[in-house]
Amino acid sequence: MDSSQLLGITTFTYLFSTILYAAIFIFKAKRLETTATIFTVIALLIQTAGIGLRWLESYQIGIGRAPLTNMYESVVFFAWTIILTYLIIEWKYKTRIIGAFAVPFAFLAMAYASFSSEITKEISPLIPALQSNWLIAHVVTCFIGYAAFAIAAALGIMYLIKNTSETRQSTNDSTLLGSLPPLKVIDDITHKTMVFGFLWLSVGIITGAIWANSAWGTYWSWDPKETWSLITWFVYAITLHARYTRGWGGTRIAWLALLGFISVMFTYYGVNFLLSGLHSYGSN
Amino acid sequence: MKNNNSIWDFFASVKLALSTLFILSITSIIGTIIPQKETAQQYIERYGEATANLFQILSFTPDMYSSVWFQSLLGLLCLNIIICSLDRFPGVWRQIKADNLNTPLNRLEKMTPQHQWQSHNPPESIASSLKSSLSLSGWKAEERAVDNGILLFAQKGAITRTGVYIVHVSILVIFVGAIIGSTFGFKGSVMLPETRATDKIYAFDTQKPIDLGFEVRCDRFNIEFYDNGMPKSYRSQLTVLENGKVVKEKAIVVNDPLVHKGITFYQSSYQPYQEFMLTITNKKTGVSETAFVSYQEQHSFKESGLRSGIINAEGRGENISRMKIWFTDDKGEPSLFWLDDGEQVTVERTTNNYTVSAKQMYATGLQVAKDPGVWTVYTGCFMMILGLIVAFFMSHQRIWLYIREEEGNKSSILMAGNANKNKAGFESTLQALAQRIKKV
Repeated sequence: MDSSQLLGITTFTYLFSTILYAAIFIFKAKRLETTATIFTVIALLIQTAGIGLRWLESYQIGIGRAPLTNMYESVVFFAWTIILTYLIIEWKYKTRIIGAFAVPFAFLAMAYASFSSEITKEISPLIPALQSNWLIAHVVTCFIGYAAFAIAAALGIMYLIKNTSETRQSTNDSTLLGSLPPLKVIDDITHKTMVFGFLWLSVGIITGAIWANSAWGTYWSWDPKETWSLITWFVYAITLHARYTRGWGGTRIAWLALLGFISVMFTYYGVNFLLSGLHSYGSN
Repeated sequence: MKNNNSIWDFFASVKLALSTLFILSITSIIGTIIPQKETAQQYIERYGEATANLFQILSFTPDMYSSVWFQSLLGLLCLNIIICSLDRFPGVWRQIKADNLNTPLNRLEKMTPQHQWQSHNPPESIASSLKSSLSLSGWKAEERAVDNGILLFAQKGAITRTGVYIVHVSILVIFVGAIIGSTFGFKGSVMLPETRATDKIYAFDTQKPIDLGFEVRCDRFNIEFYDNGMPKSYRSQLTVLENGKVVKEKAIVVNDPLVHKGITFYQSSYQPYQEFMLTITNKKTGVSETAFVSYQEQHSFKESGLRSGIINAEGRGENISRMKIWFTDDKGEPSLFWLDDGEQVTVERTTNNYTVSAKQMYATGLQVAKDPGVWTVYTGCFMMILGLIVAFFMSHQRIWLYIREEEGNKSSILMAGNANKNKAGFESTLQALAQRIKKV
């Protein structure tokens, strides 16, 4: 058994988790609730083992580095943090409906990592610029932020769907969308998730700046990746200020959660493929 | 501080903050799409003359982020943060320092969450036992006699109300650090061939020479490759000289620079030469000679009859890994042998032995920076994280206990409280606390 097999299995287990959570949501299959959670926890453990094994394998082939250094590895890690963050939210808020919206993000990430021809799964050694202790701190903090923003976007979608239906018809618990948590609760969790993401994005940007300074002698050079991370930071800063000081909530915040996540995706993915800059080594 | 004038209000407004952040987000995108810091010629080739001109007029090129209008936007953001904080902070400070025992009792009665219960003891005795019970749970209560009874007040985290201001100030601190760096520091680079020293480097933007005030020498540069051909490390052995004396030596690699007198030297690039350093040592006399030879050039050494050269070489791209040496001391047939880059071998000749080593010549590309503002920036970063944690996750929690004297030497107790954040969490905290102290 090698790491790519384990990570391949993870892709399918996340697909199955998605189906379970969707079943809970659509068919109100309450009996599946515990199964879905247990299954997702097992999937997370398989993925954790996969990531750990990949780390070990890198030592076996004499490279020896954390599995966080190219597009493939970062997408895998992204999926991992989404599931971990989601499970924490599930445990804290005792609701599984969010799973039907959040777990698909992890599945899509894993599917992209496994099947895309654009990215290589090979364990390649670290180029000199990446040989730094800041690597792990920078990547981990950024991706905790990204995962939180992914879940905030999932919650935003959930809010918008429920809101549309509520304006059309009176809420009825027997309808499909009636099983979604109350709008107020979704709004509250969206906000809290964004707050959490914002803190980690800030730490991610700062660790990146410190690393850049120790490698190149400049903590900020307005390269496209840096600039886009700052744009993302601005988007969430605007969102939080609008909420705290102008009382924004509901639909507006839900849209901002989506807009913010688009900015996250562009920072993470778009920049590497569409623009050039210092981070270009992340694109293969 | 608060002025009733509209200019002040404009700069203190959140609307301005939101607009500025929005405009900064949108305009920042431009510089990520139009490549920055290229030459005028490159822009003309890329966009055509008319568009290139327009971009230059709008300062989109060559360096949008240091253009007057973009820097003004950043300045506006700072001004907004300063005025907004000056406008609001005094109010927040009053809340932190407020005399909460002065809170009107009718406000407490309306406050939620609240709990009420009765006691068979008179107010004085119940107050003192409640106080000690509260302190066991970490609440230090103050006491004041009020109408028909006693008011107790305890709070936690009053200072956390400053969290948001710590974040705002941290942004200003980061900007101050950046200004210190750009005013008193410099950024430049230098290409330094092996064995050579320099006391000057060249500024990035103007290419003007900058005096270091000391000399830095590159003794040796080498590249290592992984088996698959990817570069593994770039290493420059640097020596710092002051008045010709060695004061510091360090081998730098990417991510591990050399610092001397506040100036940092970073490994950033290299330039291979088609030139080699050939060192020959006569084992008998111990005399060593080094020559810089071009590819396939025969060099005559000082020792009579000693000639050598590199007649063939192998490597990746321009980086030589092995070379074939031709060597003679004019006694017998010339020797021909392969040598790895940087390796040393002994050549046995009829009357004497020699050690021969050869190495391709490189120049190391150093990025050189002096930035006295870095620690200010880092302080700002640290403040920002601290401030965000305080602002997001810590709350100011207040608890009042109004102990009213009832007929027959009894008391009724009203416990009420509030928190400025995480109200649900506070509600259960208060609930648990009420359960605990009710037993008193």
